[in-house]
Amino acid sequence: MNDTAITRSLDDAIRPPDRAAMRLDVVLLLSAVGLVACSLVTIASATHDDVPGQPQHFLIRQAVYAGIGFALMLAASRVDYSRLRELKYGLYGFVVSSILVVFALGNVTRGSKRWIDFPFVRFQPSELAKLVLILALAAFVVDRVRRLDERDTTARVMLMALIPCLLVFAQPDLGSGIVYIVVALAVLFTAGTSFRHFAALFVLAAIALSLVFVAAPAAGVHVLKPYQTRRLTAFMNPSDNPRDQGYQQNQSRIAIGSGQKTGRGAAHATQTKLKFLPEHHTDFIFAVVGEQFGFVGAALVLSLFAMMIWRGLRIVTMAKNLYGAVVAGGIVAMLLWEVFDNVGMTVGIMPITGVPLPLMSYGGSSVLVTFLALGLLQSIHVQARAAAAAKGRAALPF
Amino acid sequence: MIQLYEERRPPITPELALRVAIFGGVALTLFAIIFFRLWFLQVLSGDKYLAQAMGNQLREIRVQSPRGYVVDRNGTILVDNRVGIGVQVDPQKLPPDGPQRAILFHKLASVLKIPVGRIGREIKRQRKLLPYSNVTLKTDATRAIYTYLFERRDQFPGVTARPLFVRHYPHRDLAAHLFGTVGEISPPQLKLARFRGVPQGTIVGQGGIENVYDRYLRGRDGATRVQVDALGQPKGELQVVAPHQGQQLKLSIDLDLQKAGQQALKDAGGGLPGAFVALDPRNGEVLALGSTPTFDPNLFSKPVSTRLFKQLNSKANGAPLYNRAIAGLYPTGSTYKVITATAALQSRIITPSTVIDDPGSVKIGNITFKNAGGAAHGSVALRQALQVSSDVYFYKMGAQLNGVHGEPLQTWSRRLGIGRQTGIDLPGEFKGLLPTPAWRDRLFRKHQTDRPWSTGDNVNLAVGQGDLQATPLQMAVAYSAVANGGRVVTPHVGLDVEDAVGRALQRIDPGASRKVHISDANRQAILDGLHLAASAPGGTSADVFKGFPRKVFGKTGTAQRAGQGDQSWYVCYVPDGRRPVVVAVTIERGGFGAQAAAPAARLILSQWFGIKKKFVTGQSRTR
Repeated sequence: MNDTAITRSLDDAIRPPDRAAMRLDVVLLLSAVGLVACSLVTIASATHDDVPGQPQHFLIRQAVYAGIGFALMLAASRVDYSRLRELKYGLYGFVVSSILVVFALGNVTRGSKRWIDFPFVRFQPSELAKLVLILALAAFVVDRVRRLDERDTTARVMLMALIPCLLVFAQPDLGSGIVYIVVALAVLFTAGTSFRHFAALFVLAAIALSLVFVAAPAAGVHVLKPYQTRRLTAFMNPSDNPRDQGYQQNQSRIAIGSGQKTGRGAAHATQTKLKFLPEHHTDFIFAVVGEQFGFVGAALVLSLFAMMIWRGLRIVTMAKNLYGAVVAGGIVAMLLWEVFDNVGMTVGIMPITGVPLPLMSYGGSSVLVTFLALGLLQSIHVQARAAAAAKGRAALPF
Repeated sequence: MIQLYEERRPPITPELALRVAIFGGVALTLFAIIFFRLWFLQVLSGDKYLAQAMGNQLREIRVQSPRGYVVDRNGTILVDNRVGIGVQVDPQKLPPDGPQRAILFHKLASVLKIPVGRIGREIKRQRKLLPYSNVTLKTDATRAIYTYLFERRDQFPGVTARPLFVRHYPHRDLAAHLFGTVGEISPPQLKLARFRGVPQGTIVGQGGIENVYDRYLRGRDGATRVQVDALGQPKGELQVVAPHQGQQLKLSIDLDLQKAGQQALKDAGGGLPGAFVALDPRNGEVLALGSTPTFDPNLFSKPVSTRLFKQLNSKANGAPLYNRAIAGLYPTGSTYKVITATAALQSRIITPSTVIDDPGSVKIGNITFKNAGGAAHGSVALRQALQVSSDVYFYKMGAQLNGVHGEPLQTWSRRLGIGRQTGIDLPGEFKGLLPTPAWRDRLFRKHQTDRPWSTGDNVNLAVGQGDLQATPLQMAVAYSAVANGGRVVTPHVGLDVEDAVGRALQRIDPGASRKVHISDANRQAILDGLHLAASAPGGTSADVFKGFPRKVFGKTGTAQRAGQGDQSWYVCYVPDGRRPVVVAVTIERGGFGAQAAAPAARLILSQWFGIKKKFVTGQSRTR
C-alpha cells in the first residue's frame, strides 16, 4: 500500500458515508422545499371548492408531482452532467421532435395545442424542451468555445433556439418560445460571447419586432394571431376593455392589491374564492398568494426565488468545467425569466404569456422539469465540490 | 475572451466574474422592479383595490317600494297600488347570443305582443341603468300571459314573472287630471336638485300631484345585498333593507263633490268640453276640479301606445289629457264684470250709487256696442247693472277707465290674479293673457297686429271679451278674493301628508298670495248685485236658482269666441259658516251662461250643501 492509497483510505474513513448528499447545496434545496410548501398551502385553500366533493383534488396531485420531482432532483444530482455533452445531437433532436409530436398527437385545451395525453398523465413537451435545449445549446457552445468571437457561432446558436421557438409559437405557446430565446442568450452570455454580438442581436430583434408588429400587419400579413397581439399589448392599458383581454390582469391586480400588507386570509379572499381571479392555481397562483397573505406572503415567496437565483449564480462560478457553468447559467436564466415573467404578469407589468411560476403553479410538467433543472444545478454543485476536494481546493468563499 | 479547457477545473476568470456580476445585477434589478410594484399595489394602493374587490362581489338587488296612497279630504282612497305581473328576463340565464336567443326573443315578443327589437333594446338600456338586475319587459301582463309562460317555462329560459306595484285609480276617470302619471326617473331628472339621492331606475311621479308631491309619495326602495361569484351567481344574502312605503297624501278634493261636478258638466254640457273648479274661498283649498272630456288614468299603468296617446291628445276628441280648469284659456264674458266693478269702484270712477243710462247701445269712437238681444235697461246703478248684466253700463266703465292714470282695470285685474299663475300645486298651469295698452302697442310696433291699443280694447275687456284669456281657476280665485274681503288665495289640492294609518304628519298650506284692499261698502255693493242676479226677478241666473235654499252670489257669462259658438260661464260664491264655496264652471260652445254653466253650478252646489239635485236651465239671454 503506497502513500497515496493510505491517504485515500484515510480520507474515506473520516468522511461520512453519504458523501454525495452532503455535497448538495443545502440552501438551494431548502429554497425549493420552501417554495413547494408555499405552493401546497396556497393550492389547498385556492382550489378547495374547485372540484365538487374533492376538496383536495389539486392538492394531492401537486403533492405527488412534488414528491416525484424531489426524487428526480436527488437522482439527477448524482449523475455527472458532463456526460450529457456527448448527447448533444440527440438532445437537440429530442427538443425539436417532441414539439413536432405535439402537433401530431396533441390535445387542444383552451385554443392551444400544448399537451400530449398519456394513459394517466398529460405531458407538456415544451416545458421539458426548455431544459433539454439548455443542455444541447451549452454543448454546442462549449464545442466552439475557441470560435466564440465568430459571428457564425452566435448565429448558429440563436438559430438553434429559434427553430423550436417558432414551433411552439405555432402551438401557440408564446411564453415557452420566449424562454427558449432567453436561455440561448444566457448560454451565449455565460460562455463569453462578445458584447458586440449582443448589441447586434438587440438591433436585429428590434427590426424583427417592428416587422412583426408594425410592418407585416400593415402589409396584411399576420404573424401573430390577433388575440396574441392583443394579449401582448393589453397589459399596457388594462382598463381599456376590462371585460376582455384586460379582465384577467385587472382581476389579478385587484386580488394582489386587496391583500394589502398582511393579506385577507383564505376565508375572506373573495377574488379567489368567488373565482374572479382566473387560473388561480396555475398561471395566477401568485395573485392568490398576494390576496391571501398580502405583501408579507408575496415577499416570502419572492425571497425564496431570490435565494434560489443567488445559489444558482454561485454554482455558475463554482462549476468544475465550462459546460457546467454554461448549463448552470442557462438554468438560472430560465428560472429568473419565468419568475419575472409570471409575477410581472400577475402584477400587471408584463403581458400574459402563460408561463408558469416555477414550483408554485399547479402542473406536473412544470414541477418535474423545474426539479430536474434544480437536480442538474445540484449535480454541477456536487461535481464541483468533488473536483475541488480532489484537488484539495476550497470551495468559493460565498 | 475566456480561454478554458474542458474537463479542467476552471479558475474563476475576471471575465466570468464580470459576467456573473452582470447576471446578478440583472436579477437584482428584476426582483427590485417586482418588489416596488408589489409595494405600490399592496401597501400604497391597497385600499383602492380592496374597495374594488368588495365591489366585485357585492350586488344590490333593488326591491321596489310601493308609493304612498292618495286620499280625498274624507280619507277615501283615490289612488292606491295594485300588484301587477311584471314579465322580466334575467340576462344571465338567457341562452347565449345566437339563433337560440333570437328564437326565444321572437316567441316572447309574440306572447307579450311587443315588437321583437324592443326586447334587445330594453335589455341593453336597463342593464346600463341597473346592472345585474332583471330586465322588465312588461309591467302589467295579463293572467293569461302569465299562465302561458308559466306552463311553458322550460321553453322560455331566463324569463320570469314577478309582482310589481302598479298605480291603481279605483274611481277611474274621477279627478283624472289631478294625478298625473308615474314612471322611471329620466336621466335629466336625475340631475335635478329635487331628485337628489334618488337611485336610477326608481319610479317617480311624472305629472300632476304625483310629480309635485313625489318626495312624500315616493317611498324608499329596499335592497338585498348579495354576494356573487365571477359568473354573477348569488352565493348568499348579506344584508336586507326592507322597502319603505311612501307617505299618504290627503287632498283637499271631496270625492262626492268631484263626482257631482263631473256629472254636472256631463248633464249640462251634453258631452261638450268644459271645466269646473270648486274652491274654499277662505284658504284656497280646491274642493273639486275637473275637465271634460276626461280619461281613465289606469291606461297609464302600462306603456301607452302611440295611437292611444294621439287619441288622448287629439283636438277632434276634445284632447282628454288637457286640463281645461287650469290650462283652458278663454274670454270669460260677463263674469268679468265683477273685476271691472271692483276696479271702477276702488279707483273712484264711480260709487255704488252712480247711475248710468243704458239705452241698449252705446257708441264709443266709431263703434256701436250693443246689449245682448238689444235690451234697454234704462237708468242703472251698479247693483242693477250686475243683476241684469247690463253691457252698456260696463262698456261705459271700460271707456271711462281707459287712459286713466295707473290703468285701474288692468291693475285690478292683475291684483285679482288675471294674467298670472295662481300658483296651484299642479304642473301645467297657464297664466293666460291680460290685454294692456303696452302689450298691444308692442305687438303693433312689431307688425304682429293691425292696430294699436284703442278704447274699444278696454271696452271689450270690461265685459270679458276681446283678447282676454283666463282660466276657470283664475276666475274662482278672483271671486274668492272679492268674497273673502281681499285675500287672493293660492289654490292647492294637497292638504296633508299623512302616515300609513292617516295621522297627519305635515300640513300643506301655501297661504294667501297677496292681500288687496277692497272697501267694505264697495264689496257689499258687488255682492248685493251678484245676489240680485241669482235671486231677484230679472236676475240673469235667478230662474236657475229658483227654489234654491241658499244665498247664491253668482254671475253668468257668455263669451263670444271667433269661429265657434258662445261659451257658457258661471262663477258664484255661496257663504257658509263652516263650508263656504266658490264655484266656477265653463262649457265650451255651451251657449248663454244661464243655459249650461249656471245649471251645472247649481248641481255642484246642491251636492256640497246636501240639497236635492235639480237640473234647471235659465232663460236669460244676456252675455
